[in-house]
Amino acid sequence: MTEQRATGREGVIPVVNGEERTVAAGSTIGDLLRDLAVSADAVVVEHNREIIRDRERLNTMVLATGDSVEIVHFVGGG
Amino acid sequence: MSAPTLIAGSTDTPFAIAGRTLRSRLMVGTGKYRSPDEMVRAIEASGAEVVTVAVRRVNLNRDSDDGVLPHLDPSRYFLLSNTAGCYNAADAVRYARLARAAGFNEWVKLEVIGDQDTLLPDTAALLEATRTLVADGFVVLAYTNDDLITALRLEDAGAAAVMPLASPIGSGLGLLNPYSIRTIKHRLSVPVIVDAGVGTASDACITMEQGVDGILMNTALAAADDPVRMARAMRLAVEAGRQAHLAGRMPRREVAVPSSPSVGMLE
Repeated sequence: MTEQRATGREGVIPVVNGEERTVAAGSTIGDLLRDLAVSADAVVVEHNREIIRDRERLNTMVLATGDSVEIVHFVGGG
Repeated sequence: MSAPTLIAGSTDTPFAIAGRTLRSRLMVGTGKYRSPDEMVRAIEASGAEVVTVAVRRVNLNRDSDDGVLPHLDPSRYFLLSNTAGCYNAADAVRYARLARAAGFNEWVKLEVIGDQDTLLPDTAALLEATRTLVADGFVVLAYTNDDLITALRLEDAGAAAVMPLASPIGSGLGLLNPYSIRTIKHRLSVPVIVDAGVGTASDACITMEQGVDGILMNTALAAADDPVRMARAMRLAVEAGRQAHLAGRMPRREVAVPSSPSVGMLE
């Protein structure tokens, strides 16, 4: 987890899937996914209610404290 | 798996939604199976082409992956994402757009639920979400109750298919109102696919005998003791019900009519 290396003033705290997570200041959503070991190709990301359809953008979108990030995928359903 | 073999004389018009011809009138869900392997084998045995999935948060705090895509070959199955669990139009639209961003297709099985106990639809919100999504380019398959007027309004709103329930989701109560389903089918131009409530093969057969275009089911397979065998039974039942509908059943009579000649009897 990123808490150990990014704390205090160096970190920002977005809300990821409903939970606060501290990440290093300057981290992009792409960085966050890599930290979480989530493949960008296997998920859909929504950032502050905007669905990011172009996955390339994930690597340029820098996170800020209070940002809402939703990472979703397909599960079994009827 | 080979294509379904039709008996001579059992030809049917193609089953198509929004211009896409589908090879099976049975659509199946992917929820509630005991294991991914059992799900895969049941779906295969069902012969279904359209397979529904749900959109949920990735579980970031667990090692195991509940994602369904690693188990389903998207080149073999047509993924139909649902908006299950949404209780208002805005949420349903949001879930539909998230699903579309996955990049497979623009279809959505639209559910807007109005009540937790029955999971019956909020039809006003359903109509609102249908209009929004149709305007946004979606192919909307709208899960609704067995009410003709709502079905007509959904068609007017641009739904590509209307999906009335046989009985409440997950109930397995079978087709509670054949008259309503028949009436909806008679009056709509878009395909009518009965979604939810089918419990066993006879339910599926009776439902197809009403003339509807197809059936979508999930729990009837997943909650059977042997889902793979039930999937096979459902495949046959859907085909049998369809053929019986096309064949045209004999009239019901209140009195017996002998099948054997009444002349030529011995003195």
